[in-house]
Amino acid sequence: SGWNRIINNVARRVAIFGGTHGNEMSGVTLVNLWIQNGKEIHRKGVETKPFITNPRAVEKCTRYVDTDLNRAFTTENLSAPSGDDLPYEVQRAQQINEIFGPKGSPEAYDVIFDLHNTTSNMGCTLILESSKDHFNLQMMHYIKKAIAPDSCPVLLTEHPLLKYSTSRSVAKHPIGLEVGPQPQGVLRSNIFESMRVVLKHALDFIELFNEGLEFPPCTVDVFRVSEKMDYPRDTNGNIIAMVHPNLQDCDWEPLNPGDPMFQTFDGTTLRYEGAGTVYPTFINEAAYYEKQQAFVTTRRETLAAGAIKKT
Amino acid sequence: MRKKMKQALEQMEPVSLPALSRVAICGGTHGNEMSGVYLVRELQRQKLEKAGSATLTTVISNPRAVQVCKRYTDMDLNRCFTDAILSSPVTVATPYEVRRAQELNTLLGPKGKLGAVDLVCDLHNTTANMGLSLISYSVQDWVIMHIYRQVQRKITSAPVRFILLDLPLADVYSQDSLGKHGFSIEVGPQPHGVVRADIFNLMKEAVDQTLDWVQCFNSGSAFEGGEVDDVYTFVKSVYYPRDPETNQITAAIHPQVQDRDFCLLHPGDPMFLMFSGEIVKYEGEEVLHPFFVNECAYYEKSIAFHLARKMTVTIPPLQVKRD
Repeated sequence: SGWNRIINNVARRVAIFGGTHGNEMSGVTLVNLWIQNGKEIHRKGVETKPFITNPRAVEKCTRYVDTDLNRAFTTENLSAPSGDDLPYEVQRAQQINEIFGPKGSPEAYDVIFDLHNTTSNMGCTLILESSKDHFNLQMMHYIKKAIAPDSCPVLLTEHPLLKYSTSRSVAKHPIGLEVGPQPQGVLRSNIFESMRVVLKHALDFIELFNEGLEFPPCTVDVFRVSEKMDYPRDTNGNIIAMVHPNLQDCDWEPLNPGDPMFQTFDGTTLRYEGAGTVYPTFINEAAYYEKQQAFVTTRRETLAAGAIKKT
Repeated sequence: MRKKMKQALEQMEPVSLPALSRVAICGGTHGNEMSGVYLVRELQRQKLEKAGSATLTTVISNPRAVQVCKRYTDMDLNRCFTDAILSSPVTVATPYEVRRAQELNTLLGPKGKLGAVDLVCDLHNTTANMGLSLISYSVQDWVIMHIYRQVQRKITSAPVRFILLDLPLADVYSQDSLGKHGFSIEVGPQPHGVVRADIFNLMKEAVDQTLDWVQCFNSGSAFEGGEVDDVYTFVKSVYYPRDPETNQITAAIHPQVQDRDFCLLHPGDPMFLMFSGEIVKYEGEEVLHPFFVNECAYYEKSIAFHLARKMTVTIPPLQVKRD
């Protein structure tokens, strides 16, 4: 049914994070633009704060300085005693937790959008951290309808092992925007403009919600993350094969057992040997070579969102 | 136009040149351009040391940059091969890449001297949609022009073009100038730090065709003269528009130029799309061809793309010189 209304407080404080990875240029550019002139992101009754999360990485146009900021928001890091000896990004995580959190508390920001790019052909992907976040599910449903016939796949990262502690996770409702393909350090006009449009719809949703509009129960098709697949490596840890041309750029398309998966440097095809059909994503993301990930498999699922209305 | 037609009507005199007995293939000159890194490593794994009668040397040019997967550590290695830099005295303050350039000059050069290897082939990637481009500093090196012609004829899976950066040898700053003959193979689009199988396979094809040509040349094949087209000469660079106060870039390359390397840019065509929505148009007088459109490494020089003039080059018949 879903008509047991889930009552939400007004979404009063919203942040837009750019530069969590300093070489992902759409978010860096958009946030800098909005810091100078926030007219475009202004919505009635809500404070929308654009914020560069990793300024040192942005300055060097590198993913991170000491450690990946988007993995740094662990309970351990956030509760560690502060100090200059901590890695830069851990210090930064503590500062961000103070401004926009504390994570898990009633004082935390209502919504944080975290803007990312990927070298993978993922289009405009929305990243959802919890299958029970009805507010986020309703927002994503709204966004998908608004940009149709263009698609907006939803990646659900809720997984006991694969879920990671993101900068946006300090908020009650964290939303990742992952737009690609775009090389690191490069700003493509089409990628920039599509991220801008998705954000516009997201903020429109928040404004409608705050005005008291009730959003009826709905379902959202998502891709739930399943398994991390590394590159084949030799005994020294060197990569011995590349993502196969048949799999390259095929994010969100079915990968069946027996389908080509990798190609060795001397031309041999290695095939997928899983039990059933999966939907790969983050295929050939530059930043994941060091994280031992060629792609991640997902499984399709339909989530139910209850009706929501502002109290 | 008249000069070109006149040249075409006259058959050029056949040329004979010495055999290419020492060939070098270099990858990782920029440490995050991955096709060349993996291709050189694969050639080393296969212990490929000969191409017919020629000896093959494979080099990872900038191992420190490869180690950290960055373009360079102190400065761009591929700008360090001018005569001036190669002969500059080394001090404590000398950047790593300058020292490395001098080492490579000892290994593959000395540049401009008899002891230099016969052919240097330097492997690069670009984030620009340039397909397969051969880049060199002369259109009168007949070895290079014949290699280009073979590569262009044999490779059909991507467009193949030649780019000329016209400079006197002493001022040529790229590694390919170390050999008696030299050129770069530039393949894109590929993000830096990523290896794409299709791009790797294309680069491998180009290297295979190059080594195939070398073997045929060395064993006495006669190569006909004729014309090669799709030759582009660098004219000038176009810079990103910036805010005069904040110095921030204020526009992205326009969607009508993005990914359209080597297409025509006419006066009045859109070049940039400002974040505010306005369009910046090309205001030059000459119709030119953009290339290196949105190359990541050029942001630090504020270059959005280069512009080139297109031409056709007549090449003479070529055969190896018999002693």
